[in-house]
Amino acid sequence: MMTHLRPALVMLALMVGLTGLAYPLAMTGLAQALFPAQANASLIARDGRIVGSALVAQAFTGAHYFHPRPSAANFDATDSGATNFGPTNAALIAQVAERAEAFRTAHAVTVVPIDAVTASASGLDPHISLQNARLQAGRVAEARGVPLRDVLAEITAQAEAPWLGLFGDPRVNVLRLNLALDDRLPLPAPEGDSPTG
Amino acid sequence: MGTDLLVFALYGAVTVALAWGLAGYMHRVYAGERVFLSPVLAPVERAFYAAAGTGPDRLQGWTGYALAVLAFNLAGFVLLFAILRLQGLTPWNPEAIAPMAPDLAFNTAISFVTNTNWQAYGGEGELSYFSQMVGLGVQNFVSAATGMAVAVAVIRGFAAQGTGRLGNFWVDLTRTVLYVLLPLAILMALLLVSQGVPQTLAAYARAITLEGAEQVIGQGPAASQIAIKQLGTNGGGFFSVNSAHPLENPTILSNMAQSVSILLIPVAFCFLFGRMVADRRQGLAIFAAMGILFVAGLSVIYAQELAGNPLLASEAGVTGGNMEGKETRFGIALSALWAQATTAASNGSVNAMHDSFMPLSGLVMLVNMQVGEVIFGGVGAGFYGMLLYVVLAVFLAGLMVGRTPEYLGKKIEGREVTLAVIAFLSMPLGILVFGALAATVPQALAAVQDPGPHGLSQILYAYSSATGNNGSAFAGFGADLPFHTTLQGIAMMLGRFAFIVPMLAVAGALSLKTPAPASAGTFPTHTPLFVVLLMITVVILGALTFFPALLLGPIAEHVSMIAGQSF
Amino acid sequence: MSKQTLSGPSLAGLAPRAGRQALAKLDPRALVRNPVIFATAVVAALVTVLGLRDLASGAPDAGVALQIALWLWAAVLIANFAEALAEGRGRARADSLRATKTETQVKVLRQADSPHDSATRVSSAALKKGQIVLVQAGDIIPADAEVVAGVASVDESAITGESAPVIRESGGDFSSVTGGTRIVSDWLVLRVVSEPGRSFLDRMIALVEGAERQRTPNEVALNILLAGFTLIFLFVVVTLEPFAVFSGISIPVVFLAALFVTLIPTTIGGLLSAIGIAGMDRLARANVVAKSGRAVEAAGDVDVLLLDKTGTITFGNRMADALIPAAGVAERALAEAALAASRADETPEGKSLVDLARRMLGGDGAPLPVAEAIAFSAQTRLSGVDLADGTKLRKGAVDAVLRHTGATLDRGLAASVDQIARSGGTPLLVSRGDRILGAVHLKDIIKPGVRERFAELRAMGIRTVMITGDNPLTAAAIAAEAGVDDFLAEATPEAKLDLIRKEQDGGRLVAMCGDGSNDAPALAQADVGVAMNSGTPAAKEAANLIDLDSDPTKLIEVVLVGKQLLISRGALTTFSIANDVAKYFAILPALFVAAYPGLAALNLMNLASPQSAILSAVIFNALVILALIPLALRGVAYAPASAAALLRRNLTIYGLGGLVVPFVGIKAIDLAVGALGLM
Repeated sequence: MMTHLRPALVMLALMVGLTGLAYPLAMTGLAQALFPAQANASLIARDGRIVGSALVAQAFTGAHYFHPRPSAANFDATDSGATNFGPTNAALIAQVAERAEAFRTAHAVTVVPIDAVTASASGLDPHISLQNARLQAGRVAEARGVPLRDVLAEITAQAEAPWLGLFGDPRVNVLRLNLALDDRLPLPAPEGDSPTG
Repeated sequence: MGTDLLVFALYGAVTVALAWGLAGYMHRVYAGERVFLSPVLAPVERAFYAAAGTGPDRLQGWTGYALAVLAFNLAGFVLLFAILRLQGLTPWNPEAIAPMAPDLAFNTAISFVTNTNWQAYGGEGELSYFSQMVGLGVQNFVSAATGMAVAVAVIRGFAAQGTGRLGNFWVDLTRTVLYVLLPLAILMALLLVSQGVPQTLAAYARAITLEGAEQVIGQGPAASQIAIKQLGTNGGGFFSVNSAHPLENPTILSNMAQSVSILLIPVAFCFLFGRMVADRRQGLAIFAAMGILFVAGLSVIYAQELAGNPLLASEAGVTGGNMEGKETRFGIALSALWAQATTAASNGSVNAMHDSFMPLSGLVMLVNMQVGEVIFGGVGAGFYGMLLYVVLAVFLAGLMVGRTPEYLGKKIEGREVTLAVIAFLSMPLGILVFGALAATVPQALAAVQDPGPHGLSQILYAYSSATGNNGSAFAGFGADLPFHTTLQGIAMMLGRFAFIVPMLAVAGALSLKTPAPASAGTFPTHTPLFVVLLMITVVILGALTFFPALLLGPIAEHVSMIAGQSF
Repeated sequence: MSKQTLSGPSLAGLAPRAGRQALAKLDPRALVRNPVIFATAVVAALVTVLGLRDLASGAPDAGVALQIALWLWAAVLIANFAEALAEGRGRARADSLRATKTETQVKVLRQADSPHDSATRVSSAALKKGQIVLVQAGDIIPADAEVVAGVASVDESAITGESAPVIRESGGDFSSVTGGTRIVSDWLVLRVVSEPGRSFLDRMIALVEGAERQRTPNEVALNILLAGFTLIFLFVVVTLEPFAVFSGISIPVVFLAALFVTLIPTTIGGLLSAIGIAGMDRLARANVVAKSGRAVEAAGDVDVLLLDKTGTITFGNRMADALIPAAGVAERALAEAALAASRADETPEGKSLVDLARRMLGGDGAPLPVAEAIAFSAQTRLSGVDLADGTKLRKGAVDAVLRHTGATLDRGLAASVDQIARSGGTPLLVSRGDRILGAVHLKDIIKPGVRERFAELRAMGIRTVMITGDNPLTAAAIAAEAGVDDFLAEATPEAKLDLIRKEQDGGRLVAMCGDGSNDAPALAQADVGVAMNSGTPAAKEAANLIDLDSDPTKLIEVVLVGKQLLISRGALTTFSIANDVAKYFAILPALFVAAYPGLAALNLMNLASPQSAILSAVIFNALVILALIPLALRGVAYAPASAAALLRRNLTIYGLGGLVVPFVGIKAIDLAVGALGLM
């Protein structure tokens, strides 16, 4: 064992230098130079103010906004997490049933998209399904006092298609969609949960 | 659904093609031959040897090799434990994160040294950038390199012409990191950054949301870490929810690149084996066995998730694929693929929450781990794990051709069987015995979140993941209780070193034997029949050992769910 | 020639004694040698105690527990019975050998050349190695010995079963005699070569009896694997109770114990030693005595067989195969001359020429009037006859006949003679007066069936190498005709040894047989060395197998027996492990259905009740050992084939069969248990 101690310590020191310091620092330098936006959490600024990350969900509760998927992490982007409920857990079923009821009531529909009532893996899922968005569109249009058609058009404009037409499901980024709504179909009166609030 | 099958096929084709090329490259690297990176890396390599006082001509027998592995891993453990405990004193800690508790630091250090990367902590809240980079990042490289070096040494033992030499651990370690892991990690990290994975030393970002709330967004030097966590089948995420986190895995491209890199090196090892034993058919046979088991598992998970949870349909009137604990951008297909790839490959990362998968999906994941992470498995580790099954399969069925069983012309005798049995015992010991303790001791039971059979699945998953050095979790399980951090630490060591040492000993014993040339009387180990035999051995030995426990966990949960019962 | 073999009494005759032995083998010191059966016995004892406790306390399941205990003990006893039965056959054979080993008075001489009447008498039991002994007609040879002086015929039937006496004389390869054999005529002066109690006969008795049986390497490895499985299933069963409690039920210890025993590989565990003993026994029935079990196992692994040409591949002598007349000579005239010239030749070659000529003449034609037979002389190297009219008919080697006649060969005949030599045959010429009538083709005749045998061996992956003293040309021709893969021509003992070493360096296992003292180094070097019993003590000492029939082709039988032994072990191991799948489906749903009623769906066999399911599995477990005893003793059916074909066949029969049979068996027993009201 002792004969292996020197190479063990020397090798570990060299590896720390190479893979623990040189590699991540070089990658940081390179990343900041090549992809400055992406390397810093893809932040979105509005009027010189950071309103969030394009990649991270944030809470939306106002009727005039599209709502993201339920978050077990309460949209805390420093403590991501899921419910981790097993499929036969009565708590899961009760929770989903409750959300489904609320969704039906809020949108006066019978069909409930599964992604609207199940918690995402990260609690920060920035997307919702197109079906979910379209079912919410009526509520948003009413709250904003704009034609449903215009809201649906925004959804279509913001929709993200599968990669290469194959990989992944069609979806829409909730923050980007809501930002587009605020830009293109602003609220009639600055009250309630206004963007300036 | 047709599209999904095409997606799976494309994924397989790309992974296998890249792995085939990588195997040729690795073959040259481990033989010390010149490759295109040599002009840059060879001087660095020589400097490493000079500093450590070793070199490619200092060949080690199995004991020397094993002692070197243990010494290096012990040193790595001490360093990582110290870094985690001294977190308050180290630099790059903009969020002023406090030192880790001793039992959690013990668990985490073992977890990363053993290439398990079980996370009993949450990355954003409990680790500084320094701990991530210098602590975990280094082990992401070297624990992977340890597994790969050991696998290469074991293969050399199987191929040796009676020399008794397995190579030199320091050389294999250096070459793995310099020539294989580091170049791939650099490419991967840049790709990930381009897709939106942060790579910064700046503090967490602070935003005011559209509805006026403050949102703090965790970030850091993530891309460099994530690149190697996938390539090295480590899986320890930068963020708590790992590759389900939108900053850890933001796009479909980042997801597919990570999915490929999870299996890239494990698949390449099959082909590397064929090249190193100078009979590519041998490697293809093992690849075929692994590949078929992989596809079988994927089929079950995909079908189960696509069908969705019947209880949600009957109780809440919600139909559709099982999206609880899944991300919208990945959907059913890419989540199922990831779950199968990571649990098969001993990669602890997740892009969806395994705990919330359907019971039979969970069963597949459990079996992937319980058979010892040999369906491709961890880098290197999966391959030498499969060689253990090869030894057992050859010994069991080889007698039936009327000769002393032999593999690659080398007789499998008492010594090899004894060592194989010792290695094999580590799985039932770590999973069943430790799991039974966890299911009994009151302090341990507090960790179980879900009632009913799913609770048992959570216990089994935790100890299967630890012993199999996978690292993923049924995350509802409260793994940060001192009982579990300690017992799982032991399980991880058992699954790693109680496997490595006997397998190196098997290789050592075989390396002393002169291979006999194959004849019509030789047990054929490259035929479809052997592929079937190997798969049966894996499934039956695995099933015989763990079937009773699985019956009370995921299978009981499934039949209850079908009967409309919740817990 | 009548011939008795060493085969013992029938199985049925041995059963009662084996039954008693099975009970004696319950001694824990004996049981502990077999981990699987030992574990079964421990569990059986535990269940018995629990059952009795339940009986005393009036617990409801006491009857089931006691029935389970009964069947667990049955499994142990059946395993013991199998071993005792296998041993019994060997012991019966040993008893008949021992009968020949009677204590007698022997005549000891001071020196080999001492006068015979100076002999002193001592008891055979007191005879020491190196003493000189006189034996005369009617005496039993008292110990293994080397002939120092004299020639005698010896009846060795006690050892070999061969009733025809053999000649033993000093010097050469026939100088070894075995204790227990009998002098039929004349006398011999012997030097004793074995210590008392260590004679060949003593060792043979010990071997066939199994007293000296050591486990073979492969058996040891298999035992380790089985012990490993036992340990794993111990983990499985012991941890099942905590998991069950977690799931809200508790499983009775008796049921857990029953599950444990049905899971551990009791089938192969119970039959393992019987298979080994039976394998040795099969060799003994082929009249081959193994000096160690290792050699039998190694025989299955042999890659290269070294076979002596003479006696193994060809008949001992060359035979006339064809007559080739010279230009202008009628074939019939040549045949008549050859017939006449060989009439007085008593050598096998001569007789074969007579046979050939007679066949060609078809029985008609008056024999030529012979005046005088001329015997072969080393001077002329010719033989033949002088006819009544003074004509000299001669036959002999080509150069000798040419010298005798002064003639030359015509071109056609010269070509034929050349052709014969090149094909590995020996050309003779026949002359009448000074005229050459034609040539005789003498050739080695390959034994019938040999070629097919070698093809079989090749299919099994075994290379055959012919060893011969012939020149390379001749050797190559015979090798090609016999279908061997390779040959060693002009073989010397050193060349043989070198060949063996060369093959072994290439990782191959080599088998050979031999009889002479100069074979001893090669026999010792070979992985499997078969010595002829007629061979020298040195050869027998160096070999690890001894063929009592002194039949060189026996080597092939030995290889087949070795393979069959390994196949039997592998097949029953596979069967045993495959059985566990059905046992799981029988027992586990029964145990767990109380916790999760849905698991009843996995009760594929639809067994009556949990108790009946468990009892049926335990009964099946015991009965399957019993049912497989004949297979274990007889060995798995084996026909030479490639490894791939064997694997496919055996995997189907014993792997797939092992999966299916218990489903049927357990269900049938469950029905019977229900019908008999055992529950």
